[in-house]
Formats: sequence, C-alpha cells, structure tokens
Amino acid sequence: MTAYKDIVRDGLWSNNVGLVQLLGLCPLLAVTGTFINGLGLGLATLVTLVTSNVIVSLIRKLVRPEVRIPVFVLVIASVVTIIELSMSAYLYELYKVLGIFIPLIVTNCSIIGRAEAFASKHDIGRAFTDGLSMGMGFLLVLTTLGGLREIVGKGTLFSQAHLMFGEAARAWTITFVDDYSGFLLAVLPPGAFMGLGLLIALKNVIDGRKEKRAALVSAAKIESPA
Amino acid sequence: MTYRPVVISAVFLFLFAVIGSGLVAFTHDNTAEQIAENQRRALLRSLNELIPKDQYDNDVYADILYVHDSELLGTDDAVPVYRARKGGWPVAVVLAPVAPDGYNGNIRLLVAIRLDGTLAGVRVLAHRETPGLGDNIEADRSDWIRGFTGKSLNNPKQDHWKVKRDGGAFDQFTGATITPRAVVKAVKNTLLYYRANGDKLFEQHPQENKQS
Repeated sequence: MTAYKDIVRDGLWSNNVGLVQLLGLCPLLAVTGTFINGLGLGLATLVTLVTSNVIVSLIRKLVRPEVRIPVFVLVIASVVTIIELSMSAYLYELYKVLGIFIPLIVTNCSIIGRAEAFASKHDIGRAFTDGLSMGMGFLLVLTTLGGLREIVGKGTLFSQAHLMFGEAARAWTITFVDDYSGFLLAVLPPGAFMGLGLLIALKNVIDGRKEKRAALVSAAKIESPA
Repeated sequence: MTYRPVVISAVFLFLFAVIGSGLVAFTHDNTAEQIAENQRRALLRSLNELIPKDQYDNDVYADILYVHDSELLGTDDAVPVYRARKGGWPVAVVLAPVAPDGYNGNIRLLVAIRLDGTLAGVRVLAHRETPGLGDNIEADRSDWIRGFTGKSLNNPKQDHWKVKRDGGAFDQFTGATITPRAVVKAVKNTLLYYRANGDKLFEQHPQENKQS
C-alpha cells in the first residue's frame, strides 16, 4: 500500500499534475492570466478532484473494467454539474467570476487520470489524500504561473481579488510599477507556455541540485532528466 | 461466447447514467429557485447602476414588457424591456438584448436608454469570452463598457458605431477585436430598435414576469 507521505509528496512535487504529468494544460494555460483567476480555477479543480476520487474509490469494486471509463466520465460530469449548480445558488458572486471556468474542469484530463490510475485501485482515505495533494499541487502551479504572468504582464498582483473575496479585497491589489504599459506577451497564450516552461525548468534545476547533494559520488546522474 | 457480461455491463452503465442524471436533476430542483432569486437581485443591482434609484419610483422589475426582433435584438427569444418611470412619466427603458456574434457565442447585455435616445449605460449580463482578453467587457475588469454612457446614434455618427480597427469610434482590446465588435454592433442595433419602437414601449401594459 502506498504510504500517505508518498501520496502527498507525489501530488505536491514529484508527480505534480502541472509540472510533471503535464495534464490539464488547456485550462492551466488559458486562465492563468492573473493570480486570482488561477486561484479560482485551482480551488474548483481541487474540490472536483477530491470528490471524484472519493466516489470512484467507493464504487471501485462494483465497476466492471470494460465500462469503467464511461462510468468515471459520468461521475466526473455529474460532480462538476452539481458543483456548478450549487455555486450558482449559494455562492453567486463567486460563481459569476468562475462560471466560465467550471465547465473547463470536465476537460481536465488529470481528474479522469487520477480516477483511473489511483482512486480505482486504492481505499477511500488514500484516494481522498491523493485528490487533495494532486489538487493542491495543481493549485500551486496555477497561482504561481498566474502571479508571475500578472506581475510581468500587468505590473500588479492580486488584482480583481474583490471578485472572489468581496469589496474589502479591492485594496489588496499590489501595483509594482505605476503607469506600467504592460507586457502583452506574458498575458497572451505564448506567455503561458513560456512561463510554464520556465517553471518546469526551475523544478528540474531544484531536483537536480537535490540529487547532486544526495549523490555527490556519481556526478553524472545530474545530467539525466528528473 | 456469452452475452451475459455485456448485458451486465450495459445495465450497470445504464444505472449509473440514471443515478448521475437523477442527482443532477435533484440538485437542479433544489437550487433553481435560489438561482432565479440571485439573478433577479443581480439584475436589479445592475439596473440601479445604470439608472440611479432616485431617478425613478416604480417597481422596475415588475414593469416589464417582452418584445421580439431577431434582427436588431440578436435573439429569437422574447427580450425583456424594463421601464423606469417617475411620477408616472417615462424616464428610461432597459433592454436585455443579445450580441449573437461574440468570440465564443452569445453575449447577453443590459442596455439602458433614456427617453431622448441617449445611453444611460451598458452592462454585460453573461458571456463566455476568453478570460483575460475578451472579458474586459465586464465593468469589473475594465472601464471600456462605461464608455457607452451618454452616447447615442448621433454621437458618434451612425456609421462610426464600429471599433477603431473597422474605422469606427470605439476602442478594441489588444488581442481581442471580435468581442468588442460584437458588443458595439449589438448596442447600435438596440438603439436602432429604440428609435423605431421607442414611443410604443412605454404605452403598453406590463406583462407577467416570465423569470420569476
């Protein structure tokens, strides 16, 4: 059985959805124009991942292998629709901001990926932990990339926070450069690819350093991709 | 070769489809009322942003009329017209037309027109435009939509009701021309509709609100 510690480390770092599995790139690249957008989609994805993982784990012994994929798709689509409806009813302000992102979650392959690769083979506790750590890992990538692109592209951070946290959050916006004319490339899709590329490179550098420290004797190992 | 496993799988899949849609239907049933109420409140808030509360004294949400004009109002469905009055005198109408040619489908607008044909303001009710580019039509994200306030078919002239790239008077966004182009066109069409039908809009009796 996989240890909880490994599940958490896999999700947050060594098998990170955004940086290593490179799943769910479409929403990841599309919405990370600002920190708040990234946070919004990250939270919604996190909730979906945890819920779908738990349900798939609950029914894993009932599902016949030949129909498991359609069943998982059904579970995920139902969960996402229910989340969308509930948010629209009870968190209307938040829904108005995230509304367009939420259907995108169904297209996020990491969710069916985790259902198939992990939740369908593990007990509820582990499936829950996996969903939580994978979701957190994805959320961290989304917010980091969103924050970076916002700083470079618009010269601000946490702008439009009031859309999520109410009027009081309007003052949270940090402006780094006054009258910043903006660096459009960072806001447009190419900026998303470059930003993600840089993040992946950074992760590999950190992993490489770690490996070097761990195995000073075999310096050749550093060159091998993490 | 036996069909048994296939049938079992099919039945199982069917059951799951039923349970899944059942849960969604159940959630829908339980939330529909709340969602409608949220939309009503949000609409009233947007209405008050366009026409300040002290400029009218009737129940705008109930003083409603439904009109059809698929060409100018962008949809085959009935378009609600809210009428603001003060002391019984017409002040402004608020229409909810659709810009059908957004980058990603329909953009639902709220267009407030004063009695004299100038715009009291425009807001976006719902859209699916690209986050970060097209969504700058939202008042919360940029001031672009506020630029319509005070404009009319004479200001700018009718053939300047286009985005700058098309030789008109309205800014487009960097990286997104289609969205503002669709909004400008829809607002212009709504003004044209008002010019043709405006005097009739205030006279008719209110209709039952189909949304509540």
